[in-house]
Parts: sequence; structure tokens; C-alpha cells
Amino acid sequence: MTEKLLQAVEKHLEDKVLSTRQYLDEITVEVSKENLLLVLSTLSDHDDFQFEQLIDLCGVDYLTYGQDEWSTSEATSSGFERGRESIQPSQTWDKPRYAVVYHLLSVTLNHRIRVRVFVEEDMMIPSVVEIWNGANWFEREAFDLFGILFEGHPDLRRILTDYGFIGHPFRKDFPVIGELEMRYDEEQKQCIYEPVTIEERVSVPKVIRKETTGPVN
Amino acid sequence: MAEIEHYTLNFGPQHPAAHGVLRMILEMDGETIERADPHIGLLHRATEKLAEIKPYNHSIGYMDRLDYVSMMCNEHAYVLAIEKLLGVEVPKRAQYIRVLFAEVTRILNHLMWLGAHGLDVGAMTMFLYCFRDREPLMDAYEAVSGTRMHATYYRPGGVYRDLPEVMPQYEKSPWRNEKKLKELNANRQGSLLDFLWDFSENFDASVDEYESLLTENRIWKQRLVGIGVVSPERAFQLGLTGPMLRGSGVAWDLRKMQPYEVYADLDFDIPVGRNGDSYDRYLVRVEEMRQSNKIIRQCIEWLQNNPGPVMIDDHKIAPPKRADVKNDMESLIHHFKLFTEGYCVPEGEAYASVEHPKGEFGIYLLSDGANKPYRLKIRAPGFAHISAMDELTKGHMLADVVAIIGTMDIVFGEIDR
Repeated sequence: MTEKLLQAVEKHLEDKVLSTRQYLDEITVEVSKENLLLVLSTLSDHDDFQFEQLIDLCGVDYLTYGQDEWSTSEATSSGFERGRESIQPSQTWDKPRYAVVYHLLSVTLNHRIRVRVFVEEDMMIPSVVEIWNGANWFEREAFDLFGILFEGHPDLRRILTDYGFIGHPFRKDFPVIGELEMRYDEEQKQCIYEPVTIEERVSVPKVIRKETTGPVN
Repeated sequence: MAEIEHYTLNFGPQHPAAHGVLRMILEMDGETIERADPHIGLLHRATEKLAEIKPYNHSIGYMDRLDYVSMMCNEHAYVLAIEKLLGVEVPKRAQYIRVLFAEVTRILNHLMWLGAHGLDVGAMTMFLYCFRDREPLMDAYEAVSGTRMHATYYRPGGVYRDLPEVMPQYEKSPWRNEKKLKELNANRQGSLLDFLWDFSENFDASVDEYESLLTENRIWKQRLVGIGVVSPERAFQLGLTGPMLRGSGVAWDLRKMQPYEVYADLDFDIPVGRNGDSYDRYLVRVEEMRQSNKIIRQCIEWLQNNPGPVMIDDHKIAPPKRADVKNDMESLIHHFKLFTEGYCVPEGEAYASVEHPKGEFGIYLLSDGANKPYRLKIRAPGFAHISAMDELTKGHMLADVVAIIGTMDIVFGEIDR
């Protein structure tokens, strides 16, 4: 199934995509911002693709990609590696920080594809609401949580966070405990917002073990 | 006095027919809806962000709390995504158990939907009938996982434990006499599978009972026929999946089209509607319950004849046996490492989806090789469905909004995440 789709991608979109990757029976296509609408509308309308459904659209923040909180070294050749304290984040990501990932599904031809586009400094990405109307809320969500702006979106408002919320909570530099806490103030007789008083705590450190390899490699 | 043509009505967030915490701003012309603007996010818990700071297995319990009326189906997509990245093959028996409980969950979900939908539209009895039949399934959940709702039963590599050989029984109490007690425990004498078999034998009759109350009911039909009509083209455009898509006549079901686990070996049909209205979606879901019952019976038969492991034997992913932990040094280390650090998932990305009772429930998992997900995106079917609210309600009456919320089978746990 994926072979046929892969051939179709190579045939019709070869010069328009940056890269094509097949992994775990899934095809991922990377596109530049300039070609995004062209590629997506081809995927939606062309007879060899017929992706009539946008299943999912989400933002990704690559700020801390590949950075672990512990460095590890091997204890024995077959045993576990030992974890040691060393917090020295290394910069491993050289592409733009944000990306938008589209998951498309074709009901007619029964195949799926994933399209990724990296977001440049200006945070602007063309909206796909015209191609799939269902993208409306997904784009609002990506805007709300990551601050990605969708050019041409009819109604780009916050969707999941509270009225009057400041910031984009799913960015990696947004603390999990949040920035503001709310309480009722007896003297002012109203709810007030204050900076959080609790401290962020890591219960299990993030560890990247070098020897883990995927099923297909 | 100025003539007022349009006015704005606030619906919810605390409204019994809003199925949770839905707030809608309705722009109305008399009693006709001109525009509906749902405000969601009142139940937003940032599940995806919380998953990023926890080892993989810690988040299974969060999945139950997404769509809290179809708990195990949420877990299912999550563990499938992890297994895909790990490249793990799950034992056959575990696959059958997963399918069995996925279908039990589908019935649980549809019963909840039917009862609540009935209540919204004015059929009080349905609610009581549906909850009566949900009870044995909840007991099955409890017998297998220890909790009635938030099971955390599916694990990467299999399921937490094998099906119990005995069913818990009702105990003596001042409120029930000996005769009543015997009656209550009559179908609990054997194993869990015997108990579910007994349920499945009576369930078709129960569905007949619901249908006799609703299907030809004049009021029910008046409230549902022609309400919230979606054409197949619009359903694709709006990203509708599951019964919302099948109600419009598209025979699309992931269990058949992109089979996962053992669905390819099982015999069942996909019901489809014709007109794409609320009534057709009702018929589709009712038939789905019968088909689920059929799948449950096939799973029980297979499970009764095929004992075997329900978890993979790789202790880097699945915990070793308790007895081994006491006696064997290596098992102890495995146990310790697994429960403190967890396991690392190879770098890469995967999307796994299941045919959730509400539609396509997908998990997009992005791993950078760590013991925690780098990014987890939950594709909730309800999110796409409720975004179609404006289009579905346009031109309908205020009372139909409630019927449309009902037909969408909305649960806020998954929409707000």
C-alpha cells in the first residue's frame, strides 16, 4: 500500500518536496512553506492521492529535542547503562524550532501520509482551511498552544486556554506548573492572579539511551 | 422601540444537555439558530504536556481520563503507538483480550450515548435501561483491572494480567435476603468469560427492547429525522469519522479497512446509514452494539480454548514476575529500572489509530530516543465533530441543538484533553 503511494509522491511531487521518508509503514513528506499549499492541494485533489480528509494537524516545538537530563555510560556489555548526573544541554537541533504536522487520510484509496512543514522566525504558515474546512479548529489549537499564525484563517482565536490567557503553554520553555496562579482575595473581594509560588519538580529525569534502535534500521 | 431581530443566547457551560462543560454562544433569529460558536477548553488539563514529563507507562492512566466513557479504547491507541515505535509483537491471547475489551468498551460507550441522547430528547426510560445493562460490563472491567472505570489495563507488550478465573460475588448485607443474593450471584459462578458469555446471550434481547421503545417511536423520529444532515462530501471536509461518517453512507471502519490486532480474523459487519441525519446515526450505533456483541462472543470462544501468555517476555519493557523479583538478582534490577526510569523508545515518529466508539482516535507519538515522549498529540474524534457544530445547527431550532449535541456523542474529556 505504501509502496504505491511512495511512487506517486515521487512521480508527482518530486521537485516540490524537500524530503520523503518511509518508516514503520508510514510516509513522511517534508515541505517548504512556499510549496505547502501547492503540495497539500495536489494531495487532496489528484487522482493518485485523493486525500479527502485532514485527520490531524498539530504543532511541534523542537526546542529541547534530543537533550537529556542525564548522561549515561555503559556498565557492562549486556547490562543496563549507569545513569550519572550531568546537566549540560547540548544543542542537537539545527532546523527551525517549530513545525506543523499534517496527517492526511484517503478513504477512497485507503492510505495515509504525514506532511511536515517547518515554521520560520515570523511564525507564519498558510492556512489550509480552504482545502479542508475541518482544519479550522485544529489551526486554532496550534495557534493557542504554540503561537503559530495561520495566514488566511477566518477566525484565529484561542480555543483551549482560558479567556484572557497569556502565553502559549505547549512551548517547551513554558513551565508545566504555569506562570500564574489564581486565588480569591478576602480584602479586595475578588479573584486575583499572582505569579506561581510552587516550584517545578522533575520526578523522573529524561534519559536518552544511545543503544536503543528502532524496529526498522 | 428599536426592533430587535437577532439576539445572542448563552448555552451552558453548566447545562445538563451540554454533556459536560460546553459553552455555546448562539446567535438566534427568533428560535432559529443563525450561528453557533462553541467555547471549549473548560476541561483542558494539558494531558499532552503532562505526558511529556513522564515515562511512557505513567501516562496510560491519563488516557483513560480522556474519553471517560470509553476508557480502554483510548489506552489501546496509546499502547499501539508505543509498540509501533518499539517494534514489539504482542502475544495472540493479549490481542484477543484487547479486542474483547475494546468491544465491551464500545457497548459501554454506546449505551451511555443512547441513554443520554434519549434523556436529552425526552425519553427518560432509556437512561435507566442503558445503565442497567452497563452494570455487568462495569463489573467485567472491575474483575479484570480492579477499577470500574479507569482501568490502566492495556500495557505496551500486552495486557496487565490474564482474565480472572473467578468472578467476584455479591456478599450478604442487611439490604438483601438469601434468595435475592442467590439471584444476583447466579451468573457469577464461573470465570469472567462465563459471565460475559451470559451477558452476550441476553444482550441482543436488550437491544431489541431499546429499539421497541425508540426506533418506531413517533416523538423520537420527529426529533431526529432530518436533523443535522451531513452529506458524505461535507463529512470528509469537516473531518468527521466513525458513526458520524458512516451515518452518511460511507462504509469506512478502521477495524475492517486498516485492521489492527485480530480484527482481520473476526466476522462482523459495518452498518451504514443512508440520509446522514441523526436518526440514521442512531440506527448505525444501535447496530454497532449488536456487531460488538457478535465480536465479543467470537473472542470468548477463542479465549476459552487458547491459554497462553498475555505479555511479552522482554523485561526491558514488561515487568518480571513478582516471585522472580524476590529470588533473582537480574529480575530485581529489571524491575527497579523499569519502575524508576522506564524504557527508552527509539527515535522516530509514529501514528497509531483505532476505531474508537466515537470515531478515529489517533495518537501521534514523536520520540527523540528518551524514556518520555517528546511530543504526544491526541487526535480526538469529538474535537473534529464539535467543530462542525456551527454547520450542523444552522437553520435548526434551539431544541434541535440539544439533539445534535446528543447525536455527536460528545464527551469533554477527549475534546479538551
